[in-house]
Amino acid sequence: MIRVQRDDFDVGAELERLTAGRTDLGGLVSFIGLVRGTEDGVRAMTLEHYPGMTERALTAIAEDARSRWPGIELTIIHRFGRLERGDRIVFVAVAAAHRAEAFAASEFLVDWLKTKAPFWKLEERPEGSQWVEAQHEDEERASRW
Amino acid sequence: MKVLYFAGLRTRIGRGEEDVDPPAEVHTVGELMQWLRDRGPGYAAAFAPGALVRAAVDQDYVGMDHSVSGAHEIAFFPPVTGGNG
Repeated sequence: MIRVQRDDFDVGAELERLTAGRTDLGGLVSFIGLVRGTEDGVRAMTLEHYPGMTERALTAIAEDARSRWPGIELTIIHRFGRLERGDRIVFVAVAAAHRAEAFAASEFLVDWLKTKAPFWKLEERPEGSQWVEAQHEDEERASRW
Repeated sequence: MKVLYFAGLRTRIGRGEEDVDPPAEVHTVGELMQWLRDRGPGYAAAFAPGALVRAAVDQDYVGMDHSVSGAHEIAFFPPVTGGNG
C-alpha cells in the first residue's frame, strides 16, 4: 500500500494491517524516518512534493521491490507539509517469509525513496528558511542496489 | 505546454506553474530550459549554468535530451531530498 498524506499515521495499526490474516509471513521490518533537530537551530521543516508524480514514483519503487523479492508485502507512507522536530516523516514496512528478505527490501525502499521520490525539504532556520540540498552519499547508497 | 517548478526553482521564479508556448526550434527539455532562462532574472537564477536541475515529462524522470514534443506537463526541480534518517 502506498499513501502520500499530510496527517500523521498510527504505526501499530499499519503493522497490524500489513500482516492481517496472513500466516505465511515470518518477518516484519519497519523503518520510520523522523524530523531531526540540528545543533544549528532547525526546529521545523516543510516538505513539498509533486502531487501525482509522487504516487507514481512510489508505486514504481514498490513494484521494483516486489520483483526483486517476490512474495513480500509492503507499506510506504510519506508525509508532506509542515513538520516539527521529532515528527514522523516516512514509514516503510516490509513483511516477508524470512527476515533476510524483509531487511533487504526495506533498506532498498528507504534508500530509493531518498533519491527517487519527488520531495523537497525547506528547513526553518533562525536566519530564515532554506532549501536542503541533496546529499551525494544518499545517491551512493541507492546506487548499491 | 504546462511547465511546473518545485522547491528552490519555484521560489526563485516566483510561481509554481505556467503555460508557455516556446518556438518550434525548442525540441528538448534542455532547449526548453535554455529558452526559459531568458524570461527574467528569477529564471536566469533558477536555470543558471551549473545549477543542479532535474526534469520530468508527464511525471516521469527524463534527461535533458528528452523530447518535449507532445508533452502535456514538464516539471523542473532540484535533486530530491525526501525521507530521513
